[in-house]
Amino acid sequence: MADLFKVTSSPHVHAKATTPRIMWEVFFALVPAAAVAVYAFGLESVRVILITTAACVALEALYQKLAGGKVTAMDGSAALTGLLLALNLPPTAPWWLCLAGAIIAVIIAKALFGGLGQNIFNPALTARVFLLISFPAQMTRWMIPSQAGDMAKSFLGFNTNFIDHGGEVIKEAAKITVGQVDIVTAASPLGLLKEQGAAALGQLEWWHLAVGHLTNGSLGEISAAALLAGGVYLIARRIISWHIPVSFLGTMAVFATITHAVDPARYAGFEFHLAAGGAMLGAFFMATDYVTSPMYPLGKIVFGCGCGALTMIIRLWGGYPEGVSFAILLMNALTPLIDRYATEKKFGFKKEPKEET
Amino acid sequence: MNAWKEFSKGLIKENPITVCLLGMCPALAISTSTYNALGMGVSVIFVLLCSNILVSLLKKWIPKNVRIPCFVVIIATFVTIVDLVVHAFQPALHKSLGIFIPLIVVNCIILGRAEAFASKKSVWHSIMDALGMGLGFTIVLAIVGTFREFLGNGTVTIFQMGETMVKFNSLDDSFAKTIIAILPPGGFISLGIFAAIVNKLQKKKA
Repeated sequence: MADLFKVTSSPHVHAKATTPRIMWEVFFALVPAAAVAVYAFGLESVRVILITTAACVALEALYQKLAGGKVTAMDGSAALTGLLLALNLPPTAPWWLCLAGAIIAVIIAKALFGGLGQNIFNPALTARVFLLISFPAQMTRWMIPSQAGDMAKSFLGFNTNFIDHGGEVIKEAAKITVGQVDIVTAASPLGLLKEQGAAALGQLEWWHLAVGHLTNGSLGEISAAALLAGGVYLIARRIISWHIPVSFLGTMAVFATITHAVDPARYAGFEFHLAAGGAMLGAFFMATDYVTSPMYPLGKIVFGCGCGALTMIIRLWGGYPEGVSFAILLMNALTPLIDRYATEKKFGFKKEPKEET
Repeated sequence: MNAWKEFSKGLIKENPITVCLLGMCPALAISTSTYNALGMGVSVIFVLLCSNILVSLLKKWIPKNVRIPCFVVIIATFVTIVDLVVHAFQPALHKSLGIFIPLIVVNCIILGRAEAFASKKSVWHSIMDALGMGLGFTIVLAIVGTFREFLGNGTVTIFQMGETMVKFNSLDDSFAKTIIAILPPGGFISLGIFAAIVNKLQKKKA
């Protein structure tokens, strides 16, 4: 007999999408945002990112080894969790804070639930919330970013010229000493907004926030443009779908526009709310996590709208200046419920007559 | 000796918190410091011991239909005694335990042991069971309490007489307190991890 036909079952065309490929591609999409953070804060951000990512990978490998299963720590999911967590931390985060965050993210929020694919809550966000509650002082020390040429200087010590450069924009700066280095901190834009209303933002234009000019915050909150670029790349590569980011940011914009129209002095406009804080990071990278978000398009839209609504409620009327992490965690808890009802219609399937339960 | 087995089973094999998962409410709320934990543990041992003895003595006369209310009356009597004694001799403990002393009445451990054990077995075995269960409860509470207090406050408070407190401070003041360890979520997680570790070690032995 000549050639025997190879008989296999479908699918016959394979997209070569494996877990490591997807995870590392998302990681790559976050590189612009990390680069802006490094540009803004100097080697502090490199330190935070390195410690967190390395700790996450190492802890996952350690746990998997001790638990006796397969060690899959290099598949990129732990590294991605580490990078996302690092982007949620302030640049002044001490090494033990990064380590504690890594332990919570990888061990408590992921490994104890059963590993990749079994967790209910987004691990990076869980860690962030835990750290925020446990160490409120360390987690809200927002350093004023340096200018481009000061990156070398920032390695040796931070100069206080920052106040002159950004003095008109950032109000209420405070000088503190961390270790042997003096750094200048100030309230983040969202913090200012919460405490004093939109009028206090003064000359802080929304495009400052979008590009990353002279704003402070956690590592991932600096440049909305870089995050948007990464997010659009992921959508173009079909790694995430547009439903969640669009509904998330859209709902936020609706809330912001309505409240801004009612009271412009107290409430900021939608361009500010979308660009400030973790909205971009949350909408594109955190809320779209495969494991913790709904599977089907209608569910995704419901999920995104819920996240957006909760974020704005917390930001506008809640106790915390930033609500993205809490909103996404709350919606994570509702994901199984959403999945139950917002399912796809199966091909050729007729709805059964309602039965008495 | 059979009585010894009744005593030792309450320590590890049938530990009320890690195995039977009874009495979790005070365990979560009280284990915020070693001092609270030890105080609660001693109170529970006393109430458990006395109520077990009395229930075992009266087991022939308590009608089956109203046995639970009878047990509660007996337990409540001893809890009132404990409440008044603690209030008199350890006012600081009374203040920090607060509502949880009266809540010992409905502690599942005590009611559970009265129903499942003391109403059926002899007085001597009931005494051993009460001591074992109470001691198991106290030990778990003390370990988790020390852990939580150390992480969350940097101190380990053992005893308090009047104004002086025997407590160990952490190494220096720059120790960052993990506030979440003292809050309820930290309690749930600490207790859960502790129970998981104990059960895993036990499985390995068996």
